[in-house]
Amino acid sequence: MSGVGSSVHAAGRVVRPESRLRSAATQKILTFGALIGLFVVFTVASPYFLTFDNLMGILLATTVNGVLALGATFVIITAGIDLSVGTVMTLSAVMAAEFVTNWGLPVYLGLLGGVLTGALAGFANGITISKMKVPPFVATLGVMMGAKGLSLVIAHSKPIYFAQTSIVRGLTMDSVVGSVIPGLDIPNAVFYLFGAAIIASLILGKTILGRYAFAIGSNEEATRLSGVNVDFWKTAVYTLCGVFSGLGGVIIASRLNSAQPALGSGYELDAIAAVVIGGTSLSGGEGTILGTVIGAFIMSVLTNGLRILSVAQEWQIVVTGGIVIVAVYADMLRRRQQQGRMLLEGGDQALTQPPGPEREQQAGVSAGG
Amino acid sequence: MSFRNISKSFPGVLAVKNVSLDILPGEVHALVGENGAGKSTLMKVLAGVYTPDAGHVIYKGREVKIPTPQAARQLGIFMIHQELSLMPHLTVAQNVFIGREPRHAGLVVDDAEINEKTRELLALLHLPLDPRTKVATLTVAKQQMVEIARALSFNSEVLIMDEPTAALAESEIEELFHLIRQLSRKGVGIVYITHRLDELKRISDRITVMRDGRRIDTVPTREADIDAVIRMMVGRTIFQAAPELPEQPSPEVVLEVRHLRRGNVIKDVSFQLHRGEILGFAGLMGAGRTEVMRAIFGADRLDSGEVFVHGRRVTIRSPQDAVHDGIGYLSEDRKRYGLTLGMDVESNLVLASLAKFLGWLGWMKREATRGIARRIVDRLAIKTPGLQQQVKNLSGGNQQKVVVGKWLVADTEILVFDEPTRGIDVGAKSEIYRLLNELAKQGKAIIMISSELPEILRMSHRIVIMSEGRITGELTAGEATQEKIMRYATMRAEPPAAWRPIPATP
Repeated sequence: MSGVGSSVHAAGRVVRPESRLRSAATQKILTFGALIGLFVVFTVASPYFLTFDNLMGILLATTVNGVLALGATFVIITAGIDLSVGTVMTLSAVMAAEFVTNWGLPVYLGLLGGVLTGALAGFANGITISKMKVPPFVATLGVMMGAKGLSLVIAHSKPIYFAQTSIVRGLTMDSVVGSVIPGLDIPNAVFYLFGAAIIASLILGKTILGRYAFAIGSNEEATRLSGVNVDFWKTAVYTLCGVFSGLGGVIIASRLNSAQPALGSGYELDAIAAVVIGGTSLSGGEGTILGTVIGAFIMSVLTNGLRILSVAQEWQIVVTGGIVIVAVYADMLRRRQQQGRMLLEGGDQALTQPPGPEREQQAGVSAGG
Repeated sequence: MSFRNISKSFPGVLAVKNVSLDILPGEVHALVGENGAGKSTLMKVLAGVYTPDAGHVIYKGREVKIPTPQAARQLGIFMIHQELSLMPHLTVAQNVFIGREPRHAGLVVDDAEINEKTRELLALLHLPLDPRTKVATLTVAKQQMVEIARALSFNSEVLIMDEPTAALAESEIEELFHLIRQLSRKGVGIVYITHRLDELKRISDRITVMRDGRRIDTVPTREADIDAVIRMMVGRTIFQAAPELPEQPSPEVVLEVRHLRRGNVIKDVSFQLHRGEILGFAGLMGAGRTEVMRAIFGADRLDSGEVFVHGRRVTIRSPQDAVHDGIGYLSEDRKRYGLTLGMDVESNLVLASLAKFLGWLGWMKREATRGIARRIVDRLAIKTPGLQQQVKNLSGGNQQKVVVGKWLVADTEILVFDEPTRGIDVGAKSEIYRLLNELAKQGKAIIMISSELPEILRMSHRIVIMSEGRITGELTAGEATQEKIMRYATMRAEPPAAWRPIPATP
């Protein structure tokens, strides 16, 4: 009898979760809509935009940033940050080339060594953050600089070419699909990105690692008190991020047929931008791989389209910067509206922290970080 | 289960002194007491959050050590904290099984299974929740149910709830009580910490009263008299010194607020403040006193309401506006909101009124600031080696004086003191009291928020009591007693029939 009473009671309140979910879905549709919008605008503006070659160019240009952003998504969901993905990518590329060209290791073993280099750097990040309690910003800043320096030292500040191993370049630039279906020359690298994205999506959605990444970003202390080994899982998340950086390094080395030790600075910020445009919250607990992939594509479509319209490269960067801010601002607005609604309706604010200066402060810090 | 002679101290405070207590299977054991009486600390010892300095816990006839919350859970003791410890971005089922997920191949979480198990658990409790709902989308009441479901998934036999009804509406409380009764029928022992005395009769079997870290008494609810419980809660020796009120305030109204509202934290608050008056704001933590003051001061947004200064309607959108209209606010958390700790005494004193000391191109008039800072330091007897001393190196009492000094320099007519004596020693307290009286005599209008009843009684001309975002009572200095204040402070905003408020003062 009482069970009936309470279920009736609940029925009156079921509306709210749905409205919240709908608004989360709106966010994703908006991001995707922005990508489509850019496509339409550039297609109208230039006849060269919607050509097969140009679309391949966009896909290819997204591969490296996209793969780096996948790793960064995991870290950002834990409410952390990884500034080292760019230079760790470079170090991985250098090590891969070093293994293959200078040590003469078999190509696949050498490239695997490159990926493992990334994993090792990520592990260093993780240990510094979880065990030594160094804030992620500082820890990964240190690893970023360390990786940059090591790359230059190992490569003697010169590019290392895959001179005797022509197969390396083909790994990304050849087209297996093109050889099966003539005319559809989609470079292999594009499939590496999508493959990596699918794997990342499965890890995030289905495995214990993804679950704890969300839990840590949502409420780290509560997660710890639930008996989860937070230090271990944080280290795992940063290591995974390193694996993606390593993969990015191998892809870029293959595409350039060489390891360029001076490359890499600035890639971390592009990766973070892609994650943020994709709707992942810098304050943790929220984010999707699909969003990140869309975010990465928004960035490369924008760059590509502006270049076709002969906008100077310098201005392309300015526009991208504006987009990042607009994306995050829109997200903040959405959240604030939601919170306002919650406050007026009563209840629920206990978990979303008290309103007032703490919140503003937090938002400021996370947006700055 | 029982405790024997538990003690726990923190640096400088003995929070729990030699407390012994029994919890029987299937009983609802209410734990009441003022803020800081040691209720939560005692329960955190039981839940493994704190380790006791002395004493032991006997569980099912055998002595146990509870070093961690996990150990407590293993034993079957689960505490639901006041700040719910859920992961808002995860679903109900994910929260219930966090840390214990069934996995395939050690890696892939079996979401189907946790959803199914959670569904069974929720059905057992007659909770109409979908295990796949994200916790952030639930009301606080429903989130609490999730915590209870989680507690039961550990087969808990002792469930500790710290003020579970603090954020609930009346209908939700009934649902919660229903659930609690259901659990107690199953033999779960429940410890129920609460500030709402009207709930005692409705839900508890026995009542334990704590005060100043000691257990005062445990009584069966059936025989308990709520007034006696209140007396036990406040029963400390009434303040040594007689109230030293300054002369009566003038009838001139300096500040008037009408019908302030802000979400469900401020519900239709109206009051007047006179020149030369000290108006005490009493209430329990979370009653909305600070929120009202922050809203008046422009630190938080208001939904509706009007503020009048000297009969003139003012619109305050920011603290800057408030200072302009002559309102100063001294935060309860002076280290966070009242002081820039790394800066020196002089800089802190002039911080709220820099505009007065600016010369050409924003150049600071150091002579003038140094002069006024020196005068304030002398007048308030701030003990500091010099004006250039960093504020963080001063004692709590002297830091508080610097905050007061800051608002004296700003020369606002209305001063709001939020817990002005929190965390400072007795000597410094009486100096702050003297200072408040002096300011009132000079014609400043003062609002003092305080959770210490003797302090409120000693200092205020008039006392306004808040509960759950509403003003539930107003008393003059003459008629106020600790018992009366406590009654108003524990009153539900919308009292149920069983609980009749004492008649409001005319």
